[in-house]
Amino acid sequence: MALTNETIKARLTEKFGDQLTAFDEPYGMLTFEAPKELNLKVLNFLYDDEELRFRFLTDLTGVHYPDKKGHELAVVYHLHNMTDNVRLRFKVYTDINKPDIYTATGLFSAANWMERETYDFLGVNFVGHPNLKRILNVEEMDYFPLRKEFPLEDQTRIDKDDEMFGRG
Amino acid sequence: MTEHEHIRLPEGSIEKTTTTLNLGPTHPATHGVMQNILELDGERVVSTEQTIGYIHRAFEKLAERRPLAQITTLTDRLNYCSSPINNMGWHLTCEKLLGVKTPKRVDYLRVIIMELARISDHLICNSIVGVDAGAYTGFLYVMQYRELIYEIYEEVCGARLTTNIGRIGGFERNFNDIAFQKLEKFLKEYPRVLKEFENLFQRNRIFMERTMGTGAISAERALNYGFTGPNLRAAGVDYDVRVHTPYSSYEDFQFNIPVGTTGDNYDRWLVREKEMWESLSILEQAYQKVQEFKGTEADVYHADVPEYYLPEKADVYTKMEALIYHFKIIMGETEIPAGEVYNSVEGGNGELGFYLVSDGGRTPYRLHFRRPCFVYYQAFEELIKGSMLSDAIMTMSSLNLIAGELDA
Repeated sequence: MALTNETIKARLTEKFGDQLTAFDEPYGMLTFEAPKELNLKVLNFLYDDEELRFRFLTDLTGVHYPDKKGHELAVVYHLHNMTDNVRLRFKVYTDINKPDIYTATGLFSAANWMERETYDFLGVNFVGHPNLKRILNVEEMDYFPLRKEFPLEDQTRIDKDDEMFGRG
Repeated sequence: MTEHEHIRLPEGSIEKTTTTLNLGPTHPATHGVMQNILELDGERVVSTEQTIGYIHRAFEKLAERRPLAQITTLTDRLNYCSSPINNMGWHLTCEKLLGVKTPKRVDYLRVIIMELARISDHLICNSIVGVDAGAYTGFLYVMQYRELIYEIYEEVCGARLTTNIGRIGGFERNFNDIAFQKLEKFLKEYPRVLKEFENLFQRNRIFMERTMGTGAISAERALNYGFTGPNLRAAGVDYDVRVHTPYSSYEDFQFNIPVGTTGDNYDRWLVREKEMWESLSILEQAYQKVQEFKGTEADVYHADVPEYYLPEKADVYTKMEALIYHFKIIMGETEIPAGEVYNSVEGGNGELGFYLVSDGGRTPYRLHFRRPCFVYYQAFEELIKGSMLSDAIMTMSSLNLIAGELDA
């Protein structure tokens, strides 16, 4: 029997009760939110459960929501069950002033660089990560560029000397 | 002042028994801007640390300021050996978010372009593996057919490398006769060339000795590392996005997924080689299907999505509605529906995913590219530990690392 979103949802609610919230199915993909302390428990359960078998980490990234006070940073996991070909997405939110989230590197080797990238751009601190340092940006950088408070340069600014760039 | 006072060696460097070698960022063997700090014991690799990000261009940040149509040019520059696949992946993501249904003919034309791109991607990778093993001939020989593929792109979109091909809903113009003639030429001549290329390498003793058993990875480890595409299939897992989650009417085509067993350099090479044959077969089927459209059906090259698809220039000058849409599209003043969507296509290197978050504004709220290269390059250390330096170089090229895709 093919694994359906209803079955996954039922299995998850059976295990975690009402701690998992915001179940939805945008464009056919099951999504939900989990408390940040539970991220590893959820990942482990989805991995180990004989019926669910979400054993492939497709993607791990972050999103910054400056308006959600106390839950500014979201870490988004995309998991894939290759046997039944089902995907799901879940998010955990964290406070931007204390952006600690347990690392998934113990479960997925693939999470290593994905978490480094998320740290690099959004400043999520993955607790227990073996080598949490910047990956794409220069190491001297002292801010996290994908946070919303860093706008792209205003194209109409006039205070800059552009002569060297052929725009002066 | 003694003579040695000026020479300041790092701590422990005298007692050290291994050699540190800096491979890259600009080294002819890395085929791209990436650095490897290798720790060598004689010629054996003890450990390595990869440094990437030399051509990081902040695409994800840039995308937050651009309307959907302008992001296509960013995707070109991910895996620039197969830009059309990236472009199509992006259009398909937008279409999924917007709920656009494309006509069958558009799907088949897209399949033609994507399979051509896959062939050119694999062709580069496989011939470069040959170059690193010391065989330049194959590389130079097949270049003329990559050139032919680029000429087909040129007929369709006017560009060769960074193609920006297609639009949301279809293509910017219909394929012209020259494009189809060139495609016919390609279908006629390429199999013979590919066969000859294969003969040069496949059972070549030197090539086999260089590639077999090096850079191997088990299926289990490959999955754990998030491998996708030919590199995963070489390890024996038959996962292909084209089959598992068909897009652009791939379900209408008959093709096989070649898989390897050992996941070593030779298997990766073989899988790519066999995939080119499968792509050729898909191309033939797609071309046949496209030819079946007659009359007005043969003029269909885009879906009806006036809000995102640029109107004909003649209409812009004569019709009020067309003028409005033209202005709104060019100025990026169309509101995108709110929602979150993940869509992936089978790129040259594996699952190329787009995670698009829209809050209902004119630009994406957040866009993340799942770049297959970035995900699997982290396994490089595990792949080459204990092997010879020259095998490490072969492994690097057989993984098909594209710096643009690594760094985004």
